[in-house]
Amino acid sequence: MLKTFRIGGVHPPENKLSSSEKIQILPVPEQVIIPLGQHIGAPATPIVQKGDYVKAGQLIATATGFVSANIHSSVSGTIVAIDNFTDAAGLSKPAITIKVEGDEWEKNITRSEKTDHNITLSKEKIIEAISAAGIVGMGGATFPTQVKLSPPPGNKAEILIINGVECEPYLTADHRIMLEKAEEIIVGVQILMKAIDVKQAVIGIENNKRDAIEKLQSLATKTLGVEVCPLKVRYPQGGEKQLIKAITGRSVPSGALPIAVGAVVQNVGTALAVYEAVMQNKPLVERVVTITGKSVKHPGNYLCRIGTPISKLIEAAGGLPEDTTKIIGGGPMMGRAMVNPESPILKGTSGILIINDKEGARKQSRNCIRCSKCVSACPMGLEPYLLMTLATHNMLEDMEKEKVMDCIECGSCSFTCPADRPLLDYIRLGKARTGAMIRNRKK
Amino acid sequence: MNTILITIISLCAIGVASAVILYFVAQKFKVEEDPRIDIVEGLLPGANCGGCGFPGCRGLAEAAVKSETMEGVFCPVGGSEVMNKVAVALGREITAQAPKIAVVRCNGSCENRPRTSMYDGAHSCAIEHSLYIGDTACPFGCLGCGDCVEVCQFDALHINPSTGLPEVDESKCVACGACVKACPRNIIELRNKGPKDRRVFVSCVNKDKGAIARKACTAACIGCMKCAKECPFEAITVENNLAYIDYNKCRLCRKCVAVCPIGAIHEVNFPERKVTPEAPQASEE
Amino acid sequence: MNKLLISPSPHVHSGDSIEKNMYGVLIALIPAFLCSIFFFGTGALIVTLTSVLACLLFEYLIQKFLLKQQPTILDGSALITGVLLAFNVPSNLPVWIIIIGALVAIGIGKMSFGGLGCNIFNPALVGRVFLLISFPVQMTTWPLPAGFSNSYLDAQTGATPLAIMKEALKSGRSVSEVLSSDTLISFRDMLIGNTGGSLGEVAAIALLIGFAFMLFRKIITWHIPVAIFATVFVFTGILHICNPEHFAGPLFHLLTGGMMLGAIFMATDYVTSPMSTKGMVIYGIGIGIITVVIRTFGAYPEGMSFAILIMNAFTPLINRYCKPQRFA
Repeated sequence: MLKTFRIGGVHPPENKLSSSEKIQILPVPEQVIIPLGQHIGAPATPIVQKGDYVKAGQLIATATGFVSANIHSSVSGTIVAIDNFTDAAGLSKPAITIKVEGDEWEKNITRSEKTDHNITLSKEKIIEAISAAGIVGMGGATFPTQVKLSPPPGNKAEILIINGVECEPYLTADHRIMLEKAEEIIVGVQILMKAIDVKQAVIGIENNKRDAIEKLQSLATKTLGVEVCPLKVRYPQGGEKQLIKAITGRSVPSGALPIAVGAVVQNVGTALAVYEAVMQNKPLVERVVTITGKSVKHPGNYLCRIGTPISKLIEAAGGLPEDTTKIIGGGPMMGRAMVNPESPILKGTSGILIINDKEGARKQSRNCIRCSKCVSACPMGLEPYLLMTLATHNMLEDMEKEKVMDCIECGSCSFTCPADRPLLDYIRLGKARTGAMIRNRKK
Repeated sequence: MNTILITIISLCAIGVASAVILYFVAQKFKVEEDPRIDIVEGLLPGANCGGCGFPGCRGLAEAAVKSETMEGVFCPVGGSEVMNKVAVALGREITAQAPKIAVVRCNGSCENRPRTSMYDGAHSCAIEHSLYIGDTACPFGCLGCGDCVEVCQFDALHINPSTGLPEVDESKCVACGACVKACPRNIIELRNKGPKDRRVFVSCVNKDKGAIARKACTAACIGCMKCAKECPFEAITVENNLAYIDYNKCRLCRKCVAVCPIGAIHEVNFPERKVTPEAPQASEE
Repeated sequence: MNKLLISPSPHVHSGDSIEKNMYGVLIALIPAFLCSIFFFGTGALIVTLTSVLACLLFEYLIQKFLLKQQPTILDGSALITGVLLAFNVPSNLPVWIIIIGALVAIGIGKMSFGGLGCNIFNPALVGRVFLLISFPVQMTTWPLPAGFSNSYLDAQTGATPLAIMKEALKSGRSVSEVLSSDTLISFRDMLIGNTGGSLGEVAAIALLIGFAFMLFRKIITWHIPVAIFATVFVFTGILHICNPEHFAGPLFHLLTGGMMLGAIFMATDYVTSPMSTKGMVIYGIGIGIITVVIRTFGAYPEGMSFAILIMNAFTPLINRYCKPQRFA
């Protein structure tokens, strides 16, 4: 019996079209747009001027406050604007635009393919290096990594969980890096273990990635304290709380952080970025992005510079198909549909999914037939049908009592609803309003 | 015969006993309330719309009785007329407040503002607003899903199918302000109804720079300052590329309407304007 | 290129639909229907067809002309109501009574609350109980199984096993006496449906096949039927042990009357059953207890429909207090 989490969950068609496509390097574009807010928390503060020449890997904006992250130039070239740009949702956001000239990297960055196994830095120095490199959660949550690695006083991490689940259908970026960068990831895991001072690390991988499990298992047996845990394929296993439950059997209490049960969760992509930051001095300026979709000519996985327009990536995969109805940043369950394909690839962009007209539009929503399928699908044990009703009537106090703040917005409820009701749309709205109400109360 | 008698007597006895118990219980748990609250509540419209900010008409009545000055206690539905009655009943004086009406400050009809994407989520402006820019290129304009229509308890707001924008039915709007709160983009404003129901307002809330705003919508205010310069009463301010007419200062001279190059300033309920050769016809309304 | 479509996540759907579930239930009802035709002949066919057509017609008329909505008769829910109503009446019921039953089921039981998803009580049972109280003679005159030699309105009639048992116990005979006499049929006949009764309720084995199909297709969960069966088994078992001469054993109760049909198809109705698994179990236990109480202590020989309707009324309360198991 493979391990998995206990309640709820669904199994959408996996559609991992690009899982056997090797990671290719996407050519550096003529111009990149690097947004200042690519992470949860305050946008970074620019430290360069218009007209400055920057090298790839050079710091161009510094973290503003505790929950924030540094931002580096991903290319070498001249800064042409520090201004607003139109993001994927069509809204204006601050960004630095750089015109590319050549490909000159900062001197102290090692760019060799050889894996360095020798961890020399101390615990504090590691966290410093991670912070300096502007690393954020690469799974899509984009929470600054150094914050996660510094547990609040009184809490002690006991176990490091590495998230190689990639439970979203279609996406294969994590799968590919686990196959092609396995050694680096294992070293990255060891660095993270040292940073939070734990003796045990578990890499959780869903069983639809047998090759990745075998590859990492063969390396993990040679490494003290690191093990690989194959998991049953089930969405949303990549959710932090679900993954901790699946691997350790512990339940993170409502409203608490994983550290409350002694766990720290990091994505495999983050582990790789940590390796590069600590061992090679390389900040987070590029990442692997999956470009996929049923009508896409050549679905694949590309190593992209942060700030590359998404349209360039789509071009590399054979151009935008004729029957495109939706472009999604991320996977089909939790990704965001975008209006502007010219917006850049960000630190948290794990994939670009192009949906064709066959599965594009939603069906007309109908009366709730109270079949309770949403209740049994909810991985947090909530009652989506009830929360939606409460949200439409704006009954925030009741929503709070029904634990709406525990909702992880995984979309299992909307996915499963036979009446095609937009459950999550309303729950998300109600959750935002309830959250605002709770914050106001504290003031 | 005996059975019937026993039945009648026992039923009567139970009835009397219950009545006595109920009387004492009612005495014991009696809540002392100011009788004036009931009187005031009787004067109020009884729609329980919450437009006053209190929980229903009884909430307002309680607040009115408690409050010495009647400040902040105003029923937008009943208006000054009802509040005068309430003041008389409570033996207090109040200052008259001008009647108000909801005004939709967006003219981004399907024609003026081309659609750039198709929204396919739940039919709610609040959800669409939290998701992205909306199905046009204007990040400030009306989304047209009708959250305002939904909350209006007086059937005074309807989406016009040809423009895709909500329209206020002046005869029904009581200025309760529910739509103002419901609109996620703050397009609807309560403005003075004006003498003879006439009023002038800027029908746009776009704060983008002129060129960007104009690209998204041909009816957008571009912040050109012409109206502010023209206004003899300093009622118009232009902030963040957007003109705003202060309805307390506006004297309805309509000079601004004539100079606006976009036609973004609307006049309502004025008689047909005589066409003068130098002043271009500004607005259709 | 067309304009891009924008919606909040998730962007994919399981493909499950109301129709899939409703027609799934109908497929699960086919074995029981075939059995009833086999045992009751043309009467079963006529009653079912009338009931289904009447339900569809009333739903269409009410939606079209009273509620002024787009009629949704193709979603399968009215079809199920029609079939279940027919399954709950004797196969020799006159057509006009069935039509009245259909009108009550759809008109009062379902549409007066606002249509699919809004009703409090199971519509088919509302119709059935209305008929039972209004036309007690016609509703309790059961044709005996005789296959196609049965003519529709002129069949040879008899009592159901439950009624025979009830009468016998009332007249002072003991359970073992009744079971050994020839008036009562064997457990084997009860299992395959060779007994008097409402047209769809007799063949326990066919209904169990339907149950297995619905579980396989994940249309329902096992909680409600199993909770009902377990409760009836335990409760009647205890009574039987206390006084075997006055109370029939668990097997008799499980195989007779509307127990199987009610537990598998009526109690599991989506709209009127609780949402959480804990609630479903409580609901099932409630139905089981009330059924046994009515059967053994009440005036009616059968209590399944009353029990389900009573527990339907408790469903909102159960939903309020039985929350699903939270994550933590």
